[in-house]
Amino acid sequence: METGLLFQLVLNGLIVGALYGVVAMSFVLIYKASQVVNFAQGEFLLIGAWACWWLLTYWKLPFWIGFPVSLAFMTVFGMVLQVVVLRPLIGEPVISVIMATVGLSIFFQALMKWMFGVFAQPFPPIFPVDQVSIMGLQVQSVYLLSLALSLCIMLGFWWFFSFSRHGLAMRATAFDQQVAQSLGISVPQVFAMSWAISALVSSVAGVVVGVVSGVSSGLSFYGIKVFPAVILGGLDSVVGAMLGGIIVGVLENVAQYVDSQWLNWGNMTNIAPFYALIIILMIKPYGLFGTKNIERV
Amino acid sequence: MEPAILEADNVSLRFGGVKALTEVSFHVRRAEIFSIIGPNGAGKTSMVNCVSGRYRPTEGRVSFEGRDITRMGANRRAAVGIGRTFQNLALFGHMSVLQNIMVGRHHLMRAGFLRGMLHWGGARKEEIEHRRAVEEIIDFLEIQHVRHAPAGTLSYGLRKRVELARAVAVSPRLILLDEPMAGMNLEEKEDMARFIIDLNQEWGMTVLMIEHDMGVVMDISHRVMVLDFGRKLVEGTPAEVLAHPQVRRAYLGEDVGAEPVPA
Repeated sequence: METGLLFQLVLNGLIVGALYGVVAMSFVLIYKASQVVNFAQGEFLLIGAWACWWLLTYWKLPFWIGFPVSLAFMTVFGMVLQVVVLRPLIGEPVISVIMATVGLSIFFQALMKWMFGVFAQPFPPIFPVDQVSIMGLQVQSVYLLSLALSLCIMLGFWWFFSFSRHGLAMRATAFDQQVAQSLGISVPQVFAMSWAISALVSSVAGVVVGVVSGVSSGLSFYGIKVFPAVILGGLDSVVGAMLGGIIVGVLENVAQYVDSQWLNWGNMTNIAPFYALIIILMIKPYGLFGTKNIERV
Repeated sequence: MEPAILEADNVSLRFGGVKALTEVSFHVRRAEIFSIIGPNGAGKTSMVNCVSGRYRPTEGRVSFEGRDITRMGANRRAAVGIGRTFQNLALFGHMSVLQNIMVGRHHLMRAGFLRGMLHWGGARKEEIEHRRAVEEIIDFLEIQHVRHAPAGTLSYGLRKRVELARAVAVSPRLILLDEPMAGMNLEEKEDMARFIIDLNQEWGMTVLMIEHDMGVVMDISHRVMVLDFGRKLVEGTPAEVLAHPQVRRAYLGEDVGAEPVPA
């Protein structure tokens, strides 16, 4: 047993899990506000990362300018996507809307390959030191940034949904659109805002992962990875999504440890969360924090 | 006599072949309590929904303060001064009482997304003003003791009161109440009647209300309209309405044979 390795992996799991959690939260945000299951969530990471990469390598902008600019771009992008593609589909069957997001996912993956090629592109070095040592554990500097950003985003979500008028309006819309309208809330505006925030937050994760392992279409796999996280947490719980993400991150890394030490089956990292997903759906079909529809007779 | 604040002109509403409303015309005068009564399925809620913008009339027009609002979106009607409560409790169950009421202020807050987020400019000052308005409403409806409780955990009577508070927070000049006293006990009904009278007299709000409790309706309404099968039967003061033979038959259980119904 290598305890050091285990600790290292658990730490990595927490950091990557926080990123999953951030993506899962933004997925849940769209689902809660507009009842759309967004299969193009991973493409938000992908496009955000490519946008930032392009600004940094092609325009040679420093990271602290390029990063915010790409986030601003993604915010507008999410909003435009909702207004142009999703808004006309309001009132259509759920399956049509899901198919539209699947279509968007394929379209944007192909578009990114066409624009930037099929090879993974590394980010220019951003931090003076690649790794820092914390209590004997090696942590990439960008992961520290990622952890800080994840925490900021979580706090931001909490503040937004508890105190800000737009956050409250969003929760009101998620609860009952008719009632929200009677209180002067514009439902189309809330939908557009939820997509904008979701794209913004996801692209933060996209850039972080891009900095660590290069930008490639593999980033859109995160859009699939969020499913175990959100199912674990309950599809309509923002806090649950965050915890689900962290659990999935740790689970992946522990599974890898177990696999490398004893099982040697290979590829447990990617598969373990989905095993967990199936087991959880069998035991708690509404997830750990999801709304249970109780029927009173 | 006060001028009309709300006018419905020949409003018809059809869902496919079902006629929910047929050529209903009425007006509500400024500063009055106006009630709509009628049996279940008479179209009372449909009429209120046409005013609040949830439904668009198939024919006819609705105007508010002289302005045609027939096609106006439901959310914009809050801004022109119309608020409402719902027949089935529609509180945001996971939010606290305070947050529920704050949502009602939404359309009055000007600070945009970024400004609000960063708390710069007038955002802070604005929020304090809204807090004050909300406190006033909480005091008025006597719900101080539950302000931080999640709305879903409250008793039925209290939830009805919080829902009224949320509609009042919109600062409407016309407030639509869909069965504000349904399912309440006598004491709760008396409280609610008092709140409605105060809203009307001290807060200067015009009230358009649907209610089944005839005692309350006749006590507090200035004028009453009776709907039956989507048509207006009669409109007038409580005394005039009670004198109408069909109303007496329907509500007071008078013998049909005793007074012939006019054709």
